[in-house]
Amino acid sequence: MTGTAFWYASRATGVISLILFSLVAILGILVNRQGRLPGLPRFAVTGLHRNLSLLTVAFLGTHIVTAIVDGYAHIPWMSTVVPFSSGYERFWIGLGTVAVDLFAALIVTSLLRDRLKPSVWRAVHWLAYVSYPVIVVHSLGASKDLRSGWLLALTMATVFAVISAIGYRVLDAFAAVPRPGRVPEQFQQTDQIRTDRIRTDRIRADRTGSVR
Amino acid sequence: MDERLRVNAILCSGHGLCAELLPEQIDLDEWGYPLLSDEPVPKKLRPLARRAVNDCPVLALMLVRGR
Amino acid sequence: MTAAIQDAATRDAASARSDTGNQGPSGLPRLLPADGQPMDLAAHLRVHGPTPYRGGARMLIHTIESAGLTGRGGAAFPTHRKLTAVADQKGTAVVVGNGAEGEPASSKDQTLLWSSPHLVLDGLQLAAEAVGARKVHLYVHREPRLVRRLELALAERATAGLDRIKVGLVTAPARFLAGEESALANRVEGGAALPRFTPPRIFERGVNGAPTLVQNVETLAQLALISRYGPAWFRAVGTEAEPGSMLTTVRLANGGGGVAETPLGTPLARLLRLAEYPAQAVLVGGYHGAWLTPEQASRLTLSNADLRPIGAAVGAGVLAALPADRCGIVESARVVRYLALESAGQCGPCLNGLPLIADTLVQLANHRSAPSARGDLQRWSKLVERRGACHHPDGTVRFLRSALTAFAGEVALHEAGRCSAGSYEPFLPIPAGSPDHKDDWS
Repeated sequence: MTGTAFWYASRATGVISLILFSLVAILGILVNRQGRLPGLPRFAVTGLHRNLSLLTVAFLGTHIVTAIVDGYAHIPWMSTVVPFSSGYERFWIGLGTVAVDLFAALIVTSLLRDRLKPSVWRAVHWLAYVSYPVIVVHSLGASKDLRSGWLLALTMATVFAVISAIGYRVLDAFAAVPRPGRVPEQFQQTDQIRTDRIRTDRIRADRTGSVR
Repeated sequence: MDERLRVNAILCSGHGLCAELLPEQIDLDEWGYPLLSDEPVPKKLRPLARRAVNDCPVLALMLVRGR
Repeated sequence: MTAAIQDAATRDAASARSDTGNQGPSGLPRLLPADGQPMDLAAHLRVHGPTPYRGGARMLIHTIESAGLTGRGGAAFPTHRKLTAVADQKGTAVVVGNGAEGEPASSKDQTLLWSSPHLVLDGLQLAAEAVGARKVHLYVHREPRLVRRLELALAERATAGLDRIKVGLVTAPARFLAGEESALANRVEGGAALPRFTPPRIFERGVNGAPTLVQNVETLAQLALISRYGPAWFRAVGTEAEPGSMLTTVRLANGGGGVAETPLGTPLARLLRLAEYPAQAVLVGGYHGAWLTPEQASRLTLSNADLRPIGAAVGAGVLAALPADRCGIVESARVVRYLALESAGQCGPCLNGLPLIADTLVQLANHRSAPSARGDLQRWSKLVERRGACHHPDGTVRFLRSALTAFAGEVALHEAGRCSAGSYEPFLPIPAGSPDHKDDWS
């Protein structure tokens, strides 16, 4: 294969990785909000989130390997994990490396999830929100591809989708009744017992996530 | 060695995946929370049980040995 | 009944001479001061002498085993087994004296801490020595005068060089669940007083991961007395199977009552003076306890041997006799509503089920219940039992079921839109308000 072929492969798999990661992030938020995809059972939503993330590993791996093997940019193998160690486009590639490190943490902890304490797994998984802006900035900065034409439109569409999902997640978090308020919220219609007529509406039970 | 399902009621927020994967051992109450069978998980269903434990979005489901 | 049951009513407080040296108080009171005056350190040393340290870990445990002391916080678990369990754990233990009686109808722990703080504080040091602990805490409700008094007592002991380990005072929010041992552990760590999921149990991994001994303050006071006067003295009152005395919080049908020290095995009718002040039902064990019919109350004694077979328990000694002119359903609905509001709100079944149960019972109390009410209550009771991280739903269901049984006649009347009560004046103490802010839990 010629150098150019590797370079094109790296750029292509880079775009695909970005789109896949965006899908994985949106699915992750969907799982967290107990959402469903039409026609699919809940375990399929989780399964899709997991399987797409593994697919992302494959494309991301190819993206990295082809970029290094290409040779033109002289990116050292070390740059795969050590940020800002590449001579070529040190900053933008460096961001990519940071994203890889974060993503690796997400994947490894998730593969070992039944062996880790839930709080540990959850804490690391929050890094997903950190890695997303890093990935987007790396993508826009490391390659001119995404800055024009249909690729720019595609990138903006996926960014819009992810930001909407995050916005929905944040709004839901604010709307959620905090734990101490959950039970009294159920009682907002019930007054103290009086011997005269009192109004008690049927209390609508809901999940612990948010009591509306 | 018997394996039984247990749920951490504090972590559980009623996603309901476990009941989809293992309806033979897990049902959902009228609020969406899991009702677990007291019986040990039959050997044939153990892989499914392990999958349910792994897939729980909040890691609330557990498989415990013995008792 | 086996063995001697000392007659509490004929015990003359003035004649219960408290001796110094090696002879314990003959008869009652034991825990509370004979003259009813709170004891400062000087009085305590005069009556009981200095803290009888054993000089090493585990040495006290056999004495406690011979005495047959069980926990006075409600569970009646054999104290020597708890001490052994904690002492056996790897890692340095922590001891916490639990004086946060979240039960509104109970005031025995506050009374004990006010009147005989040094017995409790002795017990803390002795228990710490027995399990090899290096950190000790005392957990009490945030009542300013009591806290100040305890701080003074601790300062007195520090001056006298009595305490080998410094005691940290930790205050608890006024929550029903604040005294639950895992909620206690969370609060002592500095967090909110919310129950944890167990296992691991608190004796294995409690405060900051250390093996933690949680003991009710009355148990600690008993331990302090036994370590001075011995098992035989302890067993001089009570029954063979359930020896010793205990503190009870009694509410008579005429509204009177208070905290009384009584031997285990005392007839309930005598404790509640049912002959003088007849009751339509008797609540045993507080708001997680059970209602007894007058027939049961007239026949049974304050002992788990009598109470467990009918689904009740001695618990923390809370007894209340409901007068005939009140409505048992209205009182019970108030209690269940309170219990629902006191849910930690961490577990789905409890969070959802208890308000529904309470709401239905309130509707029944107000003659507005749907025909499905009985079935609904039964179904929800089964759905919340044993499905929480702690025993709050279990206790609430026990109380509910006993109310529906003891007041079955009243239930039928209410379903028909009537009520036999003469007065709706609240009888059982229910704190006002609802704890809907996180500050209410820390």
